[in-house]
Amino acid sequence: MKRMLTVSLLVCVLVALGAGLVLQRTSRADEFTEQDAERWQKEFMVVAQKGRELWVSPKLGTNQVSCAQCHPNGANTHPETYPKFQKQLGRVIGLRDMINWCIMNPMEGKPLKLNDPNMVAIEAYLAYERRGVPLAPGKH
Amino acid sequence: MRHTHMNRRDFLKCAGAVATLPLTTVELAFADADRNFTFAYISDAHIQHIQGTKFVRNWDRGLIRAVAETNLLNPRPDFVVFGGDLAQLGKKEELDHGAEMLSKLNYKMYGVLGEHDYYLDLGEYWSKLYGPHYYSWDHKGVHFITLNSILTYDKWTFERWPSAEQRMNEMAGLDNPNGSPFMVGETQRAWLKKDLAKISQDTPVVLFSHSPIQKIYKGWNFWTEDAEDVQAMLESYKDVTVVYGHVHQIQYNQIGNISFHAVMATAWPWPYPQSYAQAESHLPKLTVPMNRANPFHERDATGWQFIDVNSGRIAMHYNLSDNTNRTVKYNPDIGKPEDSFYQAASRQVAPQQHY
Repeated sequence: MKRMLTVSLLVCVLVALGAGLVLQRTSRADEFTEQDAERWQKEFMVVAQKGRELWVSPKLGTNQVSCAQCHPNGANTHPETYPKFQKQLGRVIGLRDMINWCIMNPMEGKPLKLNDPNMVAIEAYLAYERRGVPLAPGKH
Repeated sequence: MRHTHMNRRDFLKCAGAVATLPLTTVELAFADADRNFTFAYISDAHIQHIQGTKFVRNWDRGLIRAVAETNLLNPRPDFVVFGGDLAQLGKKEELDHGAEMLSKLNYKMYGVLGEHDYYLDLGEYWSKLYGPHYYSWDHKGVHFITLNSILTYDKWTFERWPSAEQRMNEMAGLDNPNGSPFMVGETQRAWLKKDLAKISQDTPVVLFSHSPIQKIYKGWNFWTEDAEDVQAMLESYKDVTVVYGHVHQIQYNQIGNISFHAVMATAWPWPYPQSYAQAESHLPKLTVPMNRANPFHERDATGWQFIDVNSGRIAMHYNLSDNTNRTVKYNPDIGKPEDSFYQAASRQVAPQQHY
């Protein structure tokens, strides 16, 4: 009787382990292929490209001025330095706040919501133009 | 300003505040002192039409201010040069609106053609206002030349684009990969050769162009494709100075006998090319950059110039709105231009670091 119990317990454990293994196989979080990575990079590039289109268009403001007029290739925006203390505002802000500042002032437009897809696209474009530059948070 | 030895000239630095500007203290080139003179240089106003009677306020204010301040110069400059890009998209409305502002100048004005004035109608309307695209004149012993340096390959100009508007828009984007490198071109180089043949080798030559007649960064057209050809035509003359716009920033350089000086925009500043991490560029090593712009002061890193001519060379005084003025002057002892204060590395300041 005792032996039978032991055997059935062992079977249960093995079944559970097996089920666990199967479950584990379908739910591994860190498995992806090179094709996946390529696809994700393409997704990023689509958004960065959308950011470039916004960068050179007058759509974000009301006075026909575009971001690229003052910032060719996104230069002098320094995405690698944000968040940082913006001395003119007296507090630490993110890059998106500064993008909105430019939209509101030189471009005389309305600020974007911080999670607006257009805002994400602009941020993606600026980061892409600055690729390879080490992060320097807070740098002025 | 702490590096001034002598102040002779007052002018209105900004509304309500009177400041003094230094003039060069050595004036010895021309035996006849009457030959020393000054002129003013305003450039890159980029007057931009919105619709109807509306124009971009910010750029309007830059040109209005430069004109108002230039009119206060005392003693009077002999003339003013406008260095190109009066308009943003070459539109009649923009050129008219800009010309109306420039018409307030109390001096004779010479015009230089910029790409933003040109690529809509190939400079036709600009010519109605300001005359030929390239020309020369003599003034108090100096030979002045104005070139149209923003031409490009005929194929790009005449064949590539379905409309004049699109051609203008493509060239207007500084970082647009569909743009095309600037050049003086064969016709003008032939004219220049004839023009220079008329003067002696010791006549000082001052040449105005919109683009730099040197190669700094092709990606933003801080560049003239046939720069070396033009330089070669100038190399036998004793004193040659090239003054150019387009770059919206302080630059200066010396190549052989030729001194190069860039002027500020009245509209907005541009980043130095080394601020773009994805490409190599060649800012002249001599240049101590202007201070990084503070975008919260909309006129910061813009300005206009007055220029002192003596010794057949120039001293370029930068009048920088909301910033410390600068003077870059040819130093005959070292044979190149230098900043009157900031040239030594030990005197340079943190905002002059661009990255």
